[in-house]
Amino acid sequence: MQTFFQQLINGLSLGSIYALLALGYMIVYGISKLLNFAHGDVYMLGAYWGYYTINYLHFGFITALITAMIVCGLAGVIIEAVAYRPLRNAPRVAALITAIGVSFFLENGMSYLVTSDTRNFPQVIKQKTFDLGGVMISNIQLIILVTTLILTLGLMYIINYTKTGRAMRSVSTDYDAASLMGININHTVSITFALGSALAGAAGVLIGLYYNSIDPLMGMTPGIKAFVAAVLGGIGSIPGAAVGGFLIGLLETAVQAMGFSAFRDAAVYIVLIVILLVLPGGLFGKKQVEKV
Amino acid sequence: MHLIEMGKTVMNFKKAFGVAAATMMSAAALTGCAIAKTSSTAGNKSSDNTIRIGVNLELSGSVASYGQQEKKGVVLAAQEINKKGVKIGGKTYKVKLFISDNKSSTSTAASVAAQMANSDKIVAQVGPAATAYATASIANLTKAGVPMVGPSATASEFTQTKSGQTQKYAFRACFIDPFQGKKAADFMYNTLKKKSVAILADNSTDYGTGLTKSFTKEFKKLGGKVVTTQYFQSGDKDFNSTLTTIKGKKPDALYLPGYYTEIGLILKQAREMGLNVPVVGADGMGSPKLAQIAGKKNATNVYYTTHFSIKSKEPEVVKFLKTYKAKYGEEPTTFSSLAYDSVYMIVDAAKKEGEVSSSAIQKGLASLKNFKGVTGKITMDSKHNPQKSVVVEQMTNGKINKAYTVK
Repeated sequence: MQTFFQQLINGLSLGSIYALLALGYMIVYGISKLLNFAHGDVYMLGAYWGYYTINYLHFGFITALITAMIVCGLAGVIIEAVAYRPLRNAPRVAALITAIGVSFFLENGMSYLVTSDTRNFPQVIKQKTFDLGGVMISNIQLIILVTTLILTLGLMYIINYTKTGRAMRSVSTDYDAASLMGININHTVSITFALGSALAGAAGVLIGLYYNSIDPLMGMTPGIKAFVAAVLGGIGSIPGAAVGGFLIGLLETAVQAMGFSAFRDAAVYIVLIVILLVLPGGLFGKKQVEKV
Repeated sequence: MHLIEMGKTVMNFKKAFGVAAATMMSAAALTGCAIAKTSSTAGNKSSDNTIRIGVNLELSGSVASYGQQEKKGVVLAAQEINKKGVKIGGKTYKVKLFISDNKSSTSTAASVAAQMANSDKIVAQVGPAATAYATASIANLTKAGVPMVGPSATASEFTQTKSGQTQKYAFRACFIDPFQGKKAADFMYNTLKKKSVAILADNSTDYGTGLTKSFTKEFKKLGGKVVTTQYFQSGDKDFNSTLTTIKGKKPDALYLPGYYTEIGLILKQAREMGLNVPVVGADGMGSPKLAQIAGKKNATNVYYTTHFSIKSKEPEVVKFLKTYKAKYGEEPTTFSSLAYDSVYMIVDAAKKEGEVSSSAIQKGLASLKNFKGVTGKITMDSKHNPQKSVVVEQMTNGKINKAYTVK
């Protein structure tokens, strides 16, 4: 039983990282219909921002987290404006390939600038482990969980209860109609990228703090897993993406707990295939009727 | 300072294998064109009182740092031998080195070997450092009948032909990677006295899987028990759930064959969840980065097998450290010590056979037994792989504070 709860905590802390990334993936996809494969690399940028500001500017954890969100938000806006905006009316696959290109550009650009060495993240918060009847939980795990929850709720608030959020929802429903209603499409898409990338930046700092190891290719696998989480939860649903992230984290943990550590990545990708075959809309997704 | 330098060497050392693997293909393709015209399968024989040794090393190019380090070891060994000379078959000989740069290129490594064998009449070759370049020089030396000792060619295929036969003229001074697993099992069982072990291995590299196999086999043979074997892949960051499973099995110790990036994280996460048992690994974790990633406090009770340690208290090593430092003003590295041993191995082989000729040295190397080098006691097996002692370095609070020798 003790082991079960320990694994549950392991799964939730891993899942909250996927959830943060999946949220960013999801809102960008929901609004611009673009699979932003560079999302995982923006998360890497966030981790490096945290690394440099904490080491050289002596930022505290909160300052590093917030500035990382701002900087990554800006990076997202720039990426969108430079790489994706010119292709908005091009075939979908052109934008997809561009996204892969941006991802390679960020990974290799960072490898060139900061070398591909693994770095240890400065430990601004001293690790403390609480022992709850044999179940260990660290303060950093708690911080990750709480930050994820706050950011998810914040995002839900923005999307559902603000004017910007309403604009985003309408753009997601119909580009042309929204623009006829006087919504500035470019502006709205920029804000979407800013929000999504800011979440990735936060995840980057949190992951750096949690695992104490960052490198330019760190965004690859989590990025793909977050994509699976977003599909699992249902593209277009905020709670869905968050739940999807937690489920993927728990699934990976369960597979390892059962002793199949070699198959944990395989398990995640099998979920992707099954979901796409059986429940293409995801757990919380809206059924979409394609009108001809 | 010592620590950093040492770690760097090990890191570079591992990197050399990567280069080796990557260039293996082109090595095979390129050796063909560089084979020399003249060939005398009879080999070379010394006609005066010199032992002519060819030194075919990467002195420039992508892996120049290994070649430069090995050159220092070779030069020091020759200088030591020449102080008094060496008596072989009633005559006193001196070592004459022919040092050539193979430019970290497979084709140059092959042509340098041919040129030294045919024009310089060398009786044996030391080098190249990386497996790929060492392999590239085999064909020409075989044609000329001249044996070679690759100081740091660790890839197991190096001493074998494609059809699995032993390359008659290729020898090495280092042990092959999986050999460490065997010795780690011995160390775990006999020195640390741990009888039940959990393995968490990198299954994305031959390095990790090879070590796991040889460790498990030997540990079971000794009477130990492997409670569970779990795997990870290079690039993984979260090991909490696997470690929780392992912790539930209550092992006495962990065996972690992999590289420092992941092992560092495993150490951190294991210690944070209160899994404080001793950890044993292989030379892939020998890097100062290990302690940085794991956190100094967590890098305690950690052991890993390696080729050479400056912390060793073996009399040969202590003496070598002193003379090396006096000559170069720095600590020797794994590369320089293996190259140093290579020269002595060749001289020892000639001494044993009582003749300074390629064929005698080939015979002598193939039957080398209990040769005492600074990197351990070497006995050559039928596949030309040294069976030798392994050094185990112990880490406490992120610092290497002790070295053991596993005979």
